[in-house]
Amino acid sequence: MSKTNMTRRGVLKTGAVAGAGVALPTIFTASSAAAYTNEPTGGSVTLGFNVPQTGPYADEGMDELRAQELAVEHLNGGGDGGMMNTFSSKALKGNGILGKKVEFVTGDTQTKSDAARASAKSMIEKDGAIMINGGSSSGVAIAVQGLCQDAGVIFMAGLTHSNDTTGKDKKANGFRHFFNGYMSGAALAPVLASAYGKDRNAYHLTADYTWGWTQQESIAAATEAMGWNTVNNVLTPLASTDFSSYIAPVLNSGADVLVLNHYGGNMVNSLTNAIQFGLRDKVVNGKNFEIVVPLYSELMAAGAGENVQGVIGSMNWNWQLQDEGSKAFVKSFGEKYGRPPSNSAHTCYVQTMLYADACERAGTFNPCGVAEALEGFEFDGMGNGPTLYRADDHQCFKDVLVMKGKDNPSNEYDTLEILEVTPRAQVEYAPDHPMFAGGDLGSCNAG
Amino acid sequence: MLGLNKKDMTLLIVVTILTLSAPFILNPFPTDSAMAQFNAGYPDLMQRFAIFGIFAIGFNLLFGLTGYLSFGHAAFLGVGSYSVVWMYKLLDYNVIWGLPLAIVTSGIFALLIGFVSMRRSGIYFSILTLAFAQMSFNLAYSVLTPITNGETGLQVYNNDPQVLMGANEASSPHLFGLVMNSSAKVGVGAWEFTFNNGYYFCGVIAILVFYLSIRIFRSPFGMMLRAIKSNQTRMAYTGLNPRPYTLAAFVISGMYAGLAGGLLASMDPLAGAERMQWTASGEVVLMTILGGAGTLMGPVLGAGFIKYFENIFSKINDTVLHNWFAFLPDGLEDFVVFLIHPFIGKGWHLTLGILFMLVVTFLPGGLVEGGQRIAAMIKRTKEDEDTPAKTEPAE
Repeated sequence: MSKTNMTRRGVLKTGAVAGAGVALPTIFTASSAAAYTNEPTGGSVTLGFNVPQTGPYADEGMDELRAQELAVEHLNGGGDGGMMNTFSSKALKGNGILGKKVEFVTGDTQTKSDAARASAKSMIEKDGAIMINGGSSSGVAIAVQGLCQDAGVIFMAGLTHSNDTTGKDKKANGFRHFFNGYMSGAALAPVLASAYGKDRNAYHLTADYTWGWTQQESIAAATEAMGWNTVNNVLTPLASTDFSSYIAPVLNSGADVLVLNHYGGNMVNSLTNAIQFGLRDKVVNGKNFEIVVPLYSELMAAGAGENVQGVIGSMNWNWQLQDEGSKAFVKSFGEKYGRPPSNSAHTCYVQTMLYADACERAGTFNPCGVAEALEGFEFDGMGNGPTLYRADDHQCFKDVLVMKGKDNPSNEYDTLEILEVTPRAQVEYAPDHPMFAGGDLGSCNAG
Repeated sequence: MLGLNKKDMTLLIVVTILTLSAPFILNPFPTDSAMAQFNAGYPDLMQRFAIFGIFAIGFNLLFGLTGYLSFGHAAFLGVGSYSVVWMYKLLDYNVIWGLPLAIVTSGIFALLIGFVSMRRSGIYFSILTLAFAQMSFNLAYSVLTPITNGETGLQVYNNDPQVLMGANEASSPHLFGLVMNSSAKVGVGAWEFTFNNGYYFCGVIAILVFYLSIRIFRSPFGMMLRAIKSNQTRMAYTGLNPRPYTLAAFVISGMYAGLAGGLLASMDPLAGAERMQWTASGEVVLMTILGGAGTLMGPVLGAGFIKYFENIFSKINDTVLHNWFAFLPDGLEDFVVFLIHPFIGKGWHLTLGILFMLVVTFLPGGLVEGGQRIAAMIKRTKEDEDTPAKTEPAE
């Protein structure tokens, strides 16, 4: 027989423990009442800025971060307000978003999908971020977009130029302001045809991931439609830093144009290698050898120095544009950081503003409400002229810039000149275009 | 109990308690305080602690016991992840299909790589495994794109077959309906604790494989591996062929890595090729050495240490620093921030590197040795107090 020693204290202790045990489940239910992931309850709202601070796109990432900080400052009523003054929607008042002060957290994507997802997850799970913005490199952007869809927060893509981001891999919670490979091809092809002729043999070097593949496909299709011939397409690993072994075969291939589907540090290195091999001075098939860089950026142009002279490429936006929005943005960015913004900085700034504006118009931070406010939204005054956020694939449609490396740059930022502003109508495509087919937005997820 | 002696049993119980109460232990600071930056008790990081703990425990079975330094363990991690994601794509989101497959495929992979690499020892073995791992990485990155989806990473699309997918089934990884990424949040005063299904799933598996590793350490097989480490030639002269033992250790260790990779994909349904890169292989070596190679607890501590730095220090930025030092005069504040700046944010590698150097220089046995020294110091001071007048007889 067992012996029990009941004491007054023992009974009280057991009772207290049992009571706590019974009460525990009620705490669980009480705290899971939020209507959607990370619903802001205090006086502030947290945005997550997830950019590459290391890796081949680090320069772009640092510039994006500057723009994002500037956007937060403007949203909270600091500074001169920047593009908030020229934006066609007047919902933003400079008192944060929906009266809540805007705070932000930052993370390093390392230009790797895994690291980017880990960093975005910690922002969502630990810091309570309600929106993730950023992601240079389309591989990273697509990986993080998928994560945001699952977690139930909005993803405002930064610099991502692959067709897949709003094509095969599009998601209901993801939005892209930046242009894409198809638009680059459509804008560049006519300019290339008039500058270099319709009878050309192109050799492609392509960064081996989603962005490189889709851009190469787009450029090849657009140039072949004008009569160019694609001699070869060689895929190069993203992590490469020396491209000499890829450049040498170009010389014997019979090609007279080299298309570099590279970006960031890759492009700086491959272009420099190509110039060192003397490609620009060659005459092949009776024509001057030319180099094309379909996706340009001022940071790359600065990195490649005088090598970019005369090289043609396309851009989403450039600080030399003279509309009111661009001027206001360049002014406030320049005053804060002492340098003109890059087009990756511009797209991140605009995305942050567009998100804040959509929250104001929707009257909520709920991702489904915000997504509804962004879908089919037409706006102006953000530096790109009249722009449409298409509801079918969450892609922005606007004018595209065709740029050329300046022959006589007057200072370190004045490296590119605007050759042509390609009107929006010329770069538009149907949502079910073959290059964008196979995707499915799904439905918005609020967590 | 469970075939363990008293000391090991105590260790296992301590590890179990620590693992199960991690959401409390890792969240020591109130949510709204400035120190909340250093809280690590959120699901993603806790999952990583458990998963990389498993990875390091497995690596230690090879390196700690046999002394064979493999520089290619990330390949098995990647193979495990790809196996699990493929099961998501073909069958459904239940992790029960993928995890055993991850262990089996990484085991086969380890057998192939090990069979070739084990013909050499020392630095040649390390280089061979490194070469195989880089080969796997490059294959996954480009040639095998149809299987691995290249740099974008393998992920599940809406139009994948998923033949077993039920109508009401969760659309993210789960174990018979227990959804990995769902968690319960409990607020206690200013604190908030997160109890995540995925973390507890990983945690329980980590405890099981930790138990398994204790058993291997204490088994005759483990003794044989230690004998190989101390002198392989002598082993061969006594008539024993060491190769089957080392190969078995390599395969077991590879299976641990495959399990860890599979768990990574179970928490987050994506498999990226960079998981197989040599830096990832190097990381597990660092974890093991930092924590203490050849010890039971060391690799787990090392894994936690490195993952903590990667996820917490990399997120401190200048704005955060300015907030901390706001009490200082302006010029001084900027100066302090300027001094600390290189060590935070993208500079977390630098901080980790310095700490690694300090540990290797002053604590060759890793963090475990540090713990032992502190324990010994406490013991000594206690003894001093107890027997203040004790004198040693002269020899």
